[in-house]
Order: sequence, then structure tokens, then C-alpha cells
Amino acid sequence: MSNPADLKYSKSHEWVRVEGGEAVVGITTFAQEALGDITYVEAPAVDDEVEAGAECGSIESVKAASDLISPVSGRVVAVNSELESAPEIINQDPYGKGWIYRVATDALPDDLLDAAAYEAVCAQESH
Amino acid sequence: MADLLKTPLTAWHESHGAKMAPFAGWNMPIQYEGILAEHKQTRESASVFDICHMGEFLVHGAGAKEALMKAVSHSLAELAEGRCRYGFILNEKGGVLDDCIIYHLGPDSYMVVVNAACCATDFAVLSERLPGLVCEDVSETTAKIDLQGPKAVEILEDFLGEDLHNLGYFAFRYTTWQGKKLLVSRTGYTGELGYELYIDAGSALALWEALLRDERVKPAGLGARDTLRMEAGLALYGHELDTEHTPVEAGLGIMMKSQADYVGKEGLATVRERLLPLELEGRRAPRHGDIVALGDEEVGRVTSGTFAPSLNKAIAFAWVRADKAEATEYTIVTPRARLAARVVSLPFYKQGTARTKLASKA
Repeated sequence: MSNPADLKYSKSHEWVRVEGGEAVVGITTFAQEALGDITYVEAPAVDDEVEAGAECGSIESVKAASDLISPVSGRVVAVNSELESAPEIINQDPYGKGWIYRVATDALPDDLLDAAAYEAVCAQESH
Repeated sequence: MADLLKTPLTAWHESHGAKMAPFAGWNMPIQYEGILAEHKQTRESASVFDICHMGEFLVHGAGAKEALMKAVSHSLAELAEGRCRYGFILNEKGGVLDDCIIYHLGPDSYMVVVNAACCATDFAVLSERLPGLVCEDVSETTAKIDLQGPKAVEILEDFLGEDLHNLGYFAFRYTTWQGKKLLVSRTGYTGELGYELYIDAGSALALWEALLRDERVKPAGLGARDTLRMEAGLALYGHELDTEHTPVEAGLGIMMKSQADYVGKEGLATVRERLLPLELEGRRAPRHGDIVALGDEEVGRVTSGTFAPSLNKAIAFAWVRADKAEATEYTIVTPRARLAARVVSLPFYKQGTARTKLASKA
């Protein structure tokens, strides 16, 4: 698995990258592979307050639709508008250009996983 | 998964990285490289599809034409040998037990090609409706591989070393490939020019691998088959067609030309709902079961919905109450959103090459 070691992960397959006082959120390789070709992303809007563990949007692929669960709490400060016309960026680069939104936040929830613990979750779900 | 049926190609799919899933009791490939890539490949070049799960019956014996014409909705009176036709097996009320293609093989000899999910029921119904005729279920020994895409004719001509420009839409003929009898039918389920190939199950893997040696051909799964058929405006049994609706309600009344007194014919006069093709503004797709509303009133249900890769927007089919089916715009209520939809004409995707008239080679 190619989950970057500097990120934190949720059991619902989102990732978080801390950059200064902000947290960048996206979905993992495991999630995008399970969904297949992504065709639509409903992201939260700028200034929305998202809550860790709560649904804040959705991701649709040709065959499925899946809730987007925010791994962090805080105010949304930016969303990736490129995903509106090219949601397949998430399939191509889930940890880079496929980021979904940024949140202003002071702290991450304690229950987020490191890459190794997250991969154990994925291994279990693959069975 | 142990109980799922396997086609002669299932092991090939698994060893070539396909995502597999159960479909109508069979373990089938949903995608290899990805649905969007396979969809595009089929629209631009050609793809092969494993369709071995579908059922094939042979019907023959004196009076087969007349008897079949009472058992199914197909107009067979004028159907020449070497041609095939789409139609329905109806119940007494005119509801659809299955949609199927019937091939006129020879004098009083026909092949009926049915959906996998309906195969057992269809065979029981037809056997009962065709007393005195020989009905054979040859599904297990018959493999079906579809080669679909605008380049399919050149590919198959190179492959077989024979002219196929003279084989028209909904025509078929027998040829041989490596000493094996091969039925080549210019039909398909993608909206593109293409062929459905029937061969003995024991030769399926060799045929599949040989077709894939042509670099213009790639394998495509049932995922792309579904987005392709949706864009082409083709119904899928269990979604747009079922026992509770007639083909007329499904917008296929134009096909009901048979003059014969076939089972279910009387039921066609009753129209309770109409199947509407709907196009949406954006990429967000309605799904099977979503509510169709006119203002605040619920008037119907979505049968199939998908993002349409060649149109870059979402499309859907929906059953709408007949007295509410004249509107041009509806709202589709999904669990997460209300989507504006407008009624469009079929096919959704109008650049398909399926019906291309090929000029006969001199």
C-alpha cells in the first residue's frame, strides 16, 4: 500500500494532512479503488462547519455512491474546485491533486490512525 | 461465491485483474482497467465482452414459425433466414417475462437468445407454449462473445479473412474459425457497430484470446456494458422491463408489429405508466428506485440512472404515471439531493455507429 506516512487516516477511508493551522482532507487509495471511476464529488462549501465523524458530502462513481465523513472538525476554508469538472483527479492522485477540502482547525481528533494502523483496517476490509 | 456459475472465461478474467461480482447468479467481470476507459475504448475502437452467461435455445420442428409467433411477440412472418429480430416473451397480461432475440436459422428452425436471469423460466414457458416442437436449451454448450466498437468490422474481417461489409444490421451467418462453427451476428448492446459471436463453449477461451491479440481490441466488463447500453437507450430486463409493465408502456410499441395472436397481446392496450428517458444538468446520477416528482407530487420511479461518459452528464430512465407523463421537466428526488431532469429523445447518445450502412466491397 502506498499510504503516505506523514498523514493521518480515518476508519471511513479519509486522510488528513496538517499544514500550519489547517487540515487538508481527501480520500485514500483504498477508497478510490473500491469506488472505481469517480464521476461526482459533493464537497462541503467554504465557511461550512464540519464535524469529525459526521457526513459532510458524498462521492459518486459510475457504480456506487458513498458518504464523505469528515475526519476533522472546523470551518472549511477552501474546496478543490477542479473536482467539479474533473473528479477523476481523485482516482489519479488521491493524496495530491485529489484533495477535497481544507479546514481551519487547532487539533486533530485522537482516534485518527497512522498509516500502519490504517493499512491493518484496509487488510481486514479486503476479506 | 462458491455457488456462482462460471463462464468458460471466468478464470481468465480473474487472472487478468478484473473486478468480479455476482450478476444473475454468475461470477462476472465488472471492470478490468476501469469503466470509463472501457467505455471510451468501445466508442472509439473495439472491446470484447464475455456474454457467456446469456441463454440460448434452439426451437425446431414442423410448424415452428407459426407456433413461435403465438408464443412470443416477434413478427417472424417476413423474417428471412439469416436475419434476427428483437422482441418479447409476454405473460397473459402483456407484462414482459423477458426480452430476447430470435434468429431464423433455417426452415422451421430458430435460435432464441435470452437473459441469464430469466433463462430457466423462459425455457419452461416456451417449452409449455410450444408442444410438439423440439426445444433445446443449449446455453451450457454455447459461448457468446461480443465484439463491439466502430473498428469491429475491420478487426473481424482481418481476423476471419472474409468480407463482412455485406452483413447488414440484424443479419447473421455461419462461418468457421479454426475448424469450429462460428455464428457471426451483426447485433449488440452498446450502440456501436459490432458483432455477437456464438461458438462452442470449449472454443471460447481460444477465441477470446485470439481476438485480444489484435491491439485494437481490449476486454470490457459489465460496468461499461451498462453505461454503453444506457447511452444507446437500450432497456435492461429487471430495470426498464418487467412483468408489471408492457413493451408499449416501455416505449417499444413500434416493435409490436406481429399480426399473430400471441400471448399477452390484449394486455398491450392498457397503459398505466410510461417509461421516460431523462437527461440531467450535471454529473450527479439518479439511481434505481429514486423518486420522480412533478412539483411536490410523486409521479414515478427511476429504473436506471448513470453518469453518461460520452455525454459528460447524468441520464436516467423512469416509470412515470401515464396521466403525468406528458410533462417535459421533472424533479428526481435522491436520498441526498433534488435533481432537475428533462425528457429527451432516444438514443441519449446519438453518434453511435451501430446502424452504420457498410458499402459492400466490390
